[in-house]
Amino acid sequence: MEKKLKVAALCNGTVIDHIPSDKLFKVVSILHLESSLNQITLANNLESAKIGSKGLIKISDRAFAEDETNKIALIAPNAKINIIRDYLVVEKRPLSLPAEIREIVQCANPNCITNHQPVTTRFHVLNNDGDIMLKCHYCEREVKRDDVKIK
Amino acid sequence: MSNNSLVSIADYSKEEILAILDSAAGFEANPNQKTLEGKVIATLFFEPSTRTRLSFETAVIRLGGKIIGFSDAATSSSSKGETLNDTIHMVSCYADAIVMRHPLEGAARYAAEVSPVPIVNAGDGANQHPSQTLLDLYSILKTQGTLENMNICVVGDLKYGRTVHSLIMAMSHFHPTFKFIAPNELRIPDEYKVFCNRNNIPFTEVSELNDNFNDADILYMTRVQKERFQDLMEYEQVKNVYTLKNAMLENTKPNLRILHPLPRVNEIDPDVDDNEKAYYFRQAQNGLYVRQAIVSKVVNQK
Repeated sequence: MEKKLKVAALCNGTVIDHIPSDKLFKVVSILHLESSLNQITLANNLESAKIGSKGLIKISDRAFAEDETNKIALIAPNAKINIIRDYLVVEKRPLSLPAEIREIVQCANPNCITNHQPVTTRFHVLNNDGDIMLKCHYCEREVKRDDVKIK
Repeated sequence: MSNNSLVSIADYSKEEILAILDSAAGFEANPNQKTLEGKVIATLFFEPSTRTRLSFETAVIRLGGKIIGFSDAATSSSSKGETLNDTIHMVSCYADAIVMRHPLEGAARYAAEVSPVPIVNAGDGANQHPSQTLLDLYSILKTQGTLENMNICVVGDLKYGRTVHSLIMAMSHFHPTFKFIAPNELRIPDEYKVFCNRNNIPFTEVSELNDNFNDADILYMTRVQKERFQDLMEYEQVKNVYTLKNAMLENTKPNLRILHPLPRVNEIDPDVDDNEKAYYFRQAQNGLYVRQAIVSKVVNQK
């Protein structure tokens, strides 16, 4: 009941729910919320039957493009995106990893050009028999999804 | 971006690889074709590499082109803090193509994206060195008469050796069988085993050189580098196990040829040099013809 109230309390905007607690601030960073002027409510370490401990973000009067929210899929693939209008959930958006990820990931290879020069990082998302790997477009090094460094 | 750049061997299809090798054979028959008359080629070596640079520069001169550039980053504007982006833009105002060696991985791909003229990657850190791979292929084709169904033994540092990784990818078009011979610390990375499995390339792995190459057509030696070992004791044990000596070639196939990207240190005993199966010095010479073919292609196919 309480959970429903939290979501419903938003008049218009976006709710990102079921973020693993240790990923909450990375999601904040990926969406550049630290520089957003919208009203934002962050909650963390809430009890969750599904994942034990979760975080939640509510952003008023803001909609995200799908390629923005899909960036979240990299670190919190089971997060739920709810678009709210007039206190109602009008869209539950499933997350899917894009084929290419720009900017938000830092290459793990210290000798990669992107770690030395002002180059926007680009990674190709590969599926190696169920293992999600990110391959740097520049140095061609592959890294497992769980070992990815978010800028 | 110029689509004509050569950054990685994976950029070339099987047909393009074969076309380059065919063109290289033409330059071997007649090295002084003036396909670059009136052209200027920049050789930007942010990291010294005498062999590769001389080979590219000789290729350009024999093709009638002129060369600008530098052989050491200390004498270039990058020592003043200029970004690679700016250096490439500046040089592309003067040159028709840029041959670049850079110590950072991915530098060539990035340069190719920002450059209005074609980039030829002459080595980007531990990543790619496609002209080496093409000259390896040319050497195999020339000595065996075909690239198909080769039995290739690769020896040495298979973990970090970029020439080995590129060779596997390039040969994947031609139904090879590989045997990987490396000390445990320097075994072939899993991603290349996955690659072989996906492309139905049979391979075996062994850790001793001995006479494990008696059925091979090509013995591809690489340098086992001391600095790769955390335990120097292990290096001392390994370095002698991986030395190829003339006596070990006794029972090998008559068509076997020994390749090595050079420089070699102690992995091939000098007593092998006079054996007709030793091909590494002529392999280096093939580099000239292959580089003539590469530079001709990138400049003239705009």
